[in-house]
Amino acid sequence: MQGNQVLPGKTTSGSRGRSLLAKISDSDVAYSWWHSPVVVIATAVLLVLVLACLFAPLIAPYDPFDPASLQLMDGFSPPMTTSSFSGNHYLLGTDAQGRDILSTILHGGRVSLFVGASATLFAVALGVGMGLLAGYRGGFADAVVMRIVDVQLSFPAILIALLVFGVARSVIPPSLQESAAIWVLIFAIGLSNWAQFARTVRGATMVESHKDYVAAARIAGKGPVKILATHILPNVMGPVLVIATISLALAVIEESTLSFLGVGVPPTQPSLGTLIRIGQQFLFSGEWWILFFPALTLVLLALSVNLLGDWLRDAINPRLR
Amino acid sequence: MTHPVLSVRNLVVDFPDRRQTFRALDGVSFDIAAGEIVGVVGESGAGKSMTGAAIIQLIQSPGRIVSGEILLNGVPITGLPQAEVAALRGKRIGLITQDPLTSLNPLFTIGQQMIETIRRHLPLSESQARTRAIDLLSEAGISDAEDRLGAYPHQFSGGMRQRVVIALAIAAEPELIVADEPTSALDVSVQAQIIGVLKALCERRGTAVMMITHDMGVVAETADRVVVMNKGRIVETGKVADIIRRPSESYTRGLIAAIPSVADARDRKPVAAGVAPLVEVQGLCRDFRLPARTLRQRFAAPVLRAVADVTFEIPRGTTFGLVGESGSGKSTCARMIAGLLPPSSGEVLMEGARISGRKGMSGDQRRRVQMIFQDPYASLNPRWRIRDIVAEPLHGPNRRAGRRDLEEQVAELLRKVRMEPDAMFKFPHQFSGGQRQRIAIARALSSEPEFIICDEPTSALDVSVQAQVLDLMASLQEELGLTYLLISHDLAVVRRMSDFIGVMQRGRLVEKGDTDQVFDAPQDPYTRMLLDSILDISKVA
Amino acid sequence: MLFFILKRVAQSLIVMIAVALISFIVFRYVGDPVAGMLGQDASIEDSAALRDRLGLNEPVLAQFARFVGNTLHGNFGISYRLQEPVLPLILSRLPATLELAMLSVTIALVGGLVMGILTALRPRSPVSMTIMTLSLIGVSLPTFLIGIGLIQLFAVKLHWLPSFGRGEVVDLGWWTTGLLTSSGLKSLVLPALTLALFQLTLIMRLVRSEMLEVLRQDYIRFARARGLSERTINFRHALKNTLVPVITITGLQLGSIIAFAIITETVFQWPGVGSLFVQAVQFVDVPIMSAYMLFIALVFVVINLIVDALYYLVDPRLHAGSLKNAG
Repeated sequence: MQGNQVLPGKTTSGSRGRSLLAKISDSDVAYSWWHSPVVVIATAVLLVLVLACLFAPLIAPYDPFDPASLQLMDGFSPPMTTSSFSGNHYLLGTDAQGRDILSTILHGGRVSLFVGASATLFAVALGVGMGLLAGYRGGFADAVVMRIVDVQLSFPAILIALLVFGVARSVIPPSLQESAAIWVLIFAIGLSNWAQFARTVRGATMVESHKDYVAAARIAGKGPVKILATHILPNVMGPVLVIATISLALAVIEESTLSFLGVGVPPTQPSLGTLIRIGQQFLFSGEWWILFFPALTLVLLALSVNLLGDWLRDAINPRLR
Repeated sequence: MTHPVLSVRNLVVDFPDRRQTFRALDGVSFDIAAGEIVGVVGESGAGKSMTGAAIIQLIQSPGRIVSGEILLNGVPITGLPQAEVAALRGKRIGLITQDPLTSLNPLFTIGQQMIETIRRHLPLSESQARTRAIDLLSEAGISDAEDRLGAYPHQFSGGMRQRVVIALAIAAEPELIVADEPTSALDVSVQAQIIGVLKALCERRGTAVMMITHDMGVVAETADRVVVMNKGRIVETGKVADIIRRPSESYTRGLIAAIPSVADARDRKPVAAGVAPLVEVQGLCRDFRLPARTLRQRFAAPVLRAVADVTFEIPRGTTFGLVGESGSGKSTCARMIAGLLPPSSGEVLMEGARISGRKGMSGDQRRRVQMIFQDPYASLNPRWRIRDIVAEPLHGPNRRAGRRDLEEQVAELLRKVRMEPDAMFKFPHQFSGGQRQRIAIARALSSEPEFIICDEPTSALDVSVQAQVLDLMASLQEELGLTYLLISHDLAVVRRMSDFIGVMQRGRLVEKGDTDQVFDAPQDPYTRMLLDSILDISKVA
Repeated sequence: MLFFILKRVAQSLIVMIAVALISFIVFRYVGDPVAGMLGQDASIEDSAALRDRLGLNEPVLAQFARFVGNTLHGNFGISYRLQEPVLPLILSRLPATLELAMLSVTIALVGGLVMGILTALRPRSPVSMTIMTLSLIGVSLPTFLIGIGLIQLFAVKLHWLPSFGRGEVVDLGWWTTGLLTSSGLKSLVLPALTLALFQLTLIMRLVRSEMLEVLRQDYIRFARARGLSERTINFRHALKNTLVPVITITGLQLGSIIAFAIITETVFQWPGVGSLFVQAVQFVDVPIMSAYMLFIALVFVVINLIVDALYYLVDPRLHAGSLKNAG
C-alpha cells in the first residue's frame, strides 16, 4: 500500500544517503528486537555464555583436566567455599574429584557448543544442498530425496543419532575411538537434523524457481548452477536461518542427551551432558550443586537460543504476528 | 420520510504503524437507495475495498474507523457492540468476495454451507432450509441444484463457485449487497454471466448493491450511478453515462482516457505488404502428463494437450497479439517460443533457423529473443540491485568490460524506458508496479533483441499505468524496430497494440488474421462469443 | 480409493525393505557376528561351525533373503550380551513401553490440542502468553532434565511417587500390566508426564500455528460476512481445517514417542524396549540394535498408513472427483 497521504508531523523514511548503521537500526527487525526486552536479555545471556565458553581456557579459574592442580581433598566442596587445604576458592563448589564446577562447566559448555554448532553447520550444508537439488530439478531426484526426508523426519533425531553413533562405534577401531568420538557425534547429530532443512529449502526453491525472475535468467542464458547460487539461494536463506537457530538449540540438547545416555563424548572431554550424568549420581546424597549448575547452564543456553529463534521467525515473517 | 438503504457520512479509516499513521479513507460520503446499483471504482490503493470492509465492519487489524457514520436505513451501525454487528452481517448486509476459489470452506459441502447460513438467519427447519438452498442455487443458475448440494467446492469451476457465493450472500434477503470485485478473478465469458445473475437476483428483490471494481467496463454494464475514488477520497459521483462521457474532474478524465476499448480501431501504420516473417511458429504442440488417479491411469497416464498444432508467423517490426481465456494454452505457447519449455512437436523458426527444441538456441539467437513477464513483483529478484538485474542478459561480446562502462550502459537503458539512471543503485521493493515493469523492459532491451515476447505485460497494473507502459512499448517498437508477440486476455489491449491477432481456445488457434478484420468481422463462433461477452465502456447505455 | 491405498502400501513395503537392508548390513558387517555370539575365546572349529550354520559363507543376496526370511519368522538372532534370543527379550519388555507410550500419547494429544486452540483463539490473553512462554521453556528443557527434576520433587522431596521401576505388575500370560495395581499406576505417573511434556509442547505449537493460519483464510472472512457466530466459525470451520495438517504431523510425532521413550526409560530405569536398546548401543549388541530398528520402522509404517487413511477420509479434495465443468 503506497501513495496515500501520510499524516503530518511524523517522519517518513527514505533510504538514500543514510549510513548502513542508521539503516540497520531503523529496520523493522531491529525495532522488534529492541522492543522485546525478553529477547534483548536472551541475546545478552547467550553472548555471555558463548564468550565465556569460547575463552574457557583463559577465564576458567582452574584447569579441571590438569591432574597436577587437582585437589582430591577438596572433593564435594559446596558452592562459595574456600578450601582449608589448598586455599582455593570454589564459587560453584567441586565434584567428587575436587574439580572446580565453574571450570568444568566452562570447558564442558565449550564442547557442547562446538558439537552443536558444527552439527548444525553440517546439517545446513547437507539439507540446503539436497533441498536445492530436489526443488529445482524436480522429477526423480525430487521423489528420491523427499522419500528419504519423509522417512527420516518420521524417526526422531535422537534415535537416528543413536543408530549412527552405534554403527560408527563398531566400525571404527577401538584405538581411534576416543579421538574420533567427537566427530562421530557431530556427524550423527548433523545427519539426524538435515531433513527439515531439505524440506523447507525444497519448498522455497520450488516457489522461487517458478517465479519469473528465474525464467528471465534462463532466457539470459544462465545455467542451473549459476541460477541456484545467485538467484535462488539468497532468497531461501531467510527460513533456513530461523530453522538453523532452533536447530542449534536442538543439537545442543541432543548432544547432552547422548552424553547423558553415556554414548556421547568421551569422559576425557566432558560436555554439559556428561557433567549432568556424573552429577545425577550424587543427587540422592545431597550434593545437588554437581548436577544443578551444569543443568542450569544447559537450560539457559537452549532457552536463550530458542527465544532468539522464536523471535527471529516472527520478525522475518511479520504475517505470523 | 424514507432513508436511503446505505448512507456513509464522512468516513475516516486509519491504519496506525509504528512510524506513521496511514489514512486509508479520508472523509468518504455517499448514499445508495433501495434497488440501486452503485459502482465504486478506483485504482489500487483508492480505498474502495476498504470502504466495503468498513461497511460490513470487517476491517483487518490494525485498521480502525476513526470518525464518520454508516447508516443502514437511517440507523447508525458504527460503534455497535460486536454481537449486534455480527447479527447484521449476512442478515441485512451480504458480501460477495473477489476470489471464489478461496471464499468457500473446502472441507464442507455446498449444502452444509448453504444450510448453516440460512438457518443462522431464518427460523427454518433443516429440511425447509434445504429446500430454500436448492431454490437459491437454481436461481443463481446452478443446474441440478439438488444433486449438487452434496458436492464440495473443489468440484466446481470458478464461475460456479461464484454463483454459490452469490446464493450465500442473498440467502437471508439482505437489504444491501457489497460486491467486492465479484468478477475480477473470472474469464471474460464467465464474467458476463455472473454479472447477469447478480443483476437479475438483486433486481427481483429490490436489493441495493455496492459494486466495487477496478473495471470501468463492469460499471458501464451494471451500475446506475458511479462513485470514483482516489487515494482514500471520493473524486466525483454521478450517473454512469455522465461520468464516462463527460467526466468533470481531471483525475476521472485521465482515468477514462486511459481505458482501452475494443471499439477503438487501432491508430497504427498499416503493415507494408511483403515484409518477410521474422518468427515462424509451425505446428507447435505441447502435452502434459496428468498425475495418475486410478490404477489403470498408472500404466496409461492421461495426457492433457495444452497446445495443439499452433501455426502463425510474425513479420519483422510488427506485433502479433495472442488472446484467449485462462487455460487456452497462450502462456504455454509463449514459454515454448521463448525456449523455456521444449515443445512436444512442431518448431519455432527465426529467420528460417530453428530456435526451439531440446538443443535450444545458440548464444546469438538467445540474445535476439527476450521476454517480459506478467507479474512485475515476481520477475525481478528482490535481493538484486536494479543495476545487476538490468545487466543480467549482458554477457559475451555485448558486455563491455569494467564496472564504470557497465553502469553507463545500464544508465542508457534506464533512460530508454524513461527512468532516472540513479535508480540502478536501488532494490526492486523501492519501486511501484509500473516502474518495475519499466525495469523489466530495460532488462529485456539490454541484449539488444529483435523479438520480445510479452506475456500479459500489463494485466497486473492499474489502467493509467497500463496506458503508460503500452505507450512506452509502442514507442520503443518504433524506435528500435522491435517485433512483439503480445499475450493477453484483454481484448481491448490487444486491439490497441497488435497488427495481427490469433485467438486461442483449449489449445487450438481458432482464428487468426489482421486485427481490425478479426474484431470487425469475426469468423469463428468462439471469437464472436468472446467479443459479445466483453464488458466494455463503449457499451454504456 | 483402491489405487490410493495400494500406492501407500507399496511405498510402505519399500520403506520396510530399505530398513531391513540397513538392518541386515548392520547385523552382518558391523563387527564379527560369530565372535559376538561365541565370545572372543571360542575355538576356531566352533567358529567355523557357527559360520556355516549361520550361512555366512553364502552369497550376499542369499544371506539377505535368509535374513528377511528369519525376520518374517520372528527369528532375530541371539543377543551377544545376554546370550538370549532377541524376540522374546523384546516381547517381554514391550508391554512396559507400550503402556507408558499410550498414556503419554493421551496426555500429549489432549493437552496439546486444548492449549493450542486456546492460544490461537485468544493470542493476546495473559493465559495464552503464559502458556507460550512456558512452552518455550518446555522445548528448551532436555527430557532427561525434566525427568530428573520430577524425581527430585515428587520422589525425593515429597515422597509421593516412586522414582524408578514399574512397581508391582500383574502377569496376564501374554502381557504384563502395571495398570491394575496402585503401585504400578503410581510408578507410571512421572515417566508418562516426562515423556508427554515435550510432545505436548510440539503439538500445541503446531495446532496454534496451523489454526492461526486457517483463521487468516478468505473462507473464514467470508464465513464472518455470512453472519455465522464466532463459535461456529471457530469450532466448526476453523477447527476442522486445522485438523487436516495436524493429523499428519501429530501422527508422526506420536510414533516418535515410542522412540523418545529411550531417554525416559533410562532416567526412570523403566524396564522397556528403549532401555534395552540403549544398553545394546553401549555394548554394541548388534542383533538387538537391528531388531529394534525393524521394530521402530514397523511402528512408523503402520502409523503412517493409519494417518494417510485418516487424511483421505477427512479431506474431500482427495476422494471426491471433479464434476463436469460448467460456467
